[in-house]
Amino acid sequence: MRDFYVLQSDRYTGIMIKLFKVKEKQRELAENSNGKPPVKKQSAGELRLHKDISELNLPKTCSISFPNGKDDLMNFEVTIRPDDGYYLGGTFTFTFQISSIYPHEAPKVKCKTKVYHPNIDLDGNVCLNILREDWKPVLNINTIIYGLYHLFTEPNHEDPLNREAAAVLRDNPKMFESNVRRAMAGGYVGQTFFTRCI
Amino acid sequence: MADATTQQSSRSRDLDKLLLRPGHLVGPAFEPGTELRDDLQKYVRILVVGAGGLGCELLKDLALSGFKNLEVIDMDRIEVSNLNRQFLFRLEDVGKPKAEVAAKRVMERVSGVNIVPHFCRIEDKELEFYSEFSIIVLGLDSIEARSYINAVACGFLEYDSNDNPQEQTMKPMVDGGTEGFKGHARVILPGMTPCFECTIWLFPPQVKFPLCTLAETPRTAAHCIEYAHLIKWDEVHSGKSFDPDNPEHMQWVYLEAAKRAELFGIPGVTYSLTQGVVKNIIPAIASTNAIISAACALETLKIASGCSKTLSNYLTYNGVEGLHTKVTEFVKDKDCLVCGPGILIELDTSVTLKMFIDLVEDHPKLLVSGASVTHRGKNLYMQAPPVLEEMTRSNLSLPLFELMDKFPKGVVHVTGTAGKGDNRQSCLRKLRVAFKGVDGITDTDMAGGA
Repeated sequence: MRDFYVLQSDRYTGIMIKLFKVKEKQRELAENSNGKPPVKKQSAGELRLHKDISELNLPKTCSISFPNGKDDLMNFEVTIRPDDGYYLGGTFTFTFQISSIYPHEAPKVKCKTKVYHPNIDLDGNVCLNILREDWKPVLNINTIIYGLYHLFTEPNHEDPLNREAAAVLRDNPKMFESNVRRAMAGGYVGQTFFTRCI
Repeated sequence: MADATTQQSSRSRDLDKLLLRPGHLVGPAFEPGTELRDDLQKYVRILVVGAGGLGCELLKDLALSGFKNLEVIDMDRIEVSNLNRQFLFRLEDVGKPKAEVAAKRVMERVSGVNIVPHFCRIEDKELEFYSEFSIIVLGLDSIEARSYINAVACGFLEYDSNDNPQEQTMKPMVDGGTEGFKGHARVILPGMTPCFECTIWLFPPQVKFPLCTLAETPRTAAHCIEYAHLIKWDEVHSGKSFDPDNPEHMQWVYLEAAKRAELFGIPGVTYSLTQGVVKNIIPAIASTNAIISAACALETLKIASGCSKTLSNYLTYNGVEGLHTKVTEFVKDKDCLVCGPGILIELDTSVTLKMFIDLVEDHPKLLVSGASVTHRGKNLYMQAPPVLEEMTRSNLSLPLFELMDKFPKGVVHVTGTAGKGDNRQSCLRKLRVAFKGVDGITDTDMAGGA
């Protein structure tokens, strides 16, 4: 019926008041007659995340789980079981929290498993550039998971979050290896106790 | 009596110049006269989102522009630091809800205006609440909140079978924003002009320091503050999350940051800088708020009355050095997931989710293979990862009509790969699904309102 309207905003100038008037009159008449159920709003961030998740292509060493069920993709966990390097045999779980304006803002990622690692501190903070200073909206969840996996195959002492572990890795890789083993098996490294994660 | 009339006419003197006289910039449907002025007062309902720096200005400006039915929503309470620019608040108001005090003060000063305050989060309100307003005016300071209101307002928009927006479902928004001496005002007519999501790339990404820099090689006061906020807090308060609105938490972060700054010989950590860094605050300038709010109020009046063409569609203001202001006409993203029409698909109520997925693959406008389907936050089917595929597989044999709660129409989103051969790429598409033969889906139903 209204297809004849040319879709330019100035064509609408002056129409709105008439619409408001009609609507307000209807509203007065229709008082108490709202039968519409409340509708959940899906944010643009959720939709983009839906795309990321449905396209996940994880290596065998990584798996994902959704503790709140299939309809909450904004909070999930990723488990990594490195098949190479110092951390071979360990199982490490990360929590992901996604904001409603994802991918404008990077996911918040923390390591749930206490780990002896130069780039992960004992509270689970992770030093991975793409999670903070180098995050770009073109990156996705897959990229982050690969980035995390990479931290286990190639820990580096140049971006330390756990300074002691970084120093040992730099100065004495043999000792670093045995410290990692001891931590993963469940035990003390220095003053810190690590729970078993093998 | 005579006094009151004089007062009334003198109060609307400037407004009358716009509303009672014809002009050459007016819209085609503009009908000047006292009836228009009265209708604006009687029938236009405006929601102001935010009762802070911009919100106070907006309420005052809109009330003085003759609008009589205003509502305001804000979840915050008044703080001492607001008082320099949020001019509706007094020292004795500290601790009270902003929305309530702002509404009361404007009603005291501008006779005849009615302002209903809502002291709550924007997410706490039902969608019905937002649908009641003629125009939504935003005085917010966060991308998240803008994105939310934008999604709500665009959610009311309906398209006809030719993908033209139906103006009676259009919920206009006027968005203001300021940062120090800079600001913007924009007009969003969903379906006509770009929505917030079409141009979200306009917002620069937040600066985030690498955690290892914070932990090992701090060089600036901001590094020390972020160390205390992001690393030290968790170390000391295991499990208790940091609340930026709790002054004790802020004080703790400030003291820790100061200790760290001393350790590394870095100057400049203050309590206000701590607040600034942690809450990402840029000092607000009262005059910027006043200028941006005035632009927004005028646009609101223009949309409602048709007394002039509206801003098309994004005004920037910069008062850092001298003054620069410019209007840019941004273009709509025709594939916008929030305001775009999406692709209309008509289905029988018996079509199962599996049949729908096959149909999406063959549909000439879609050609999306391996589709995952989501509807209003419910994931109907996920191709990957295996754990979700398994949880959603049983839906495949169910009719889509049932999965969509038996609504005659609705929006679903599909993700998959589009294109053929080497041109294959992943895509995310919006679909308007309408079920045939179910009451209430025809376009005449919508047109009946106008």
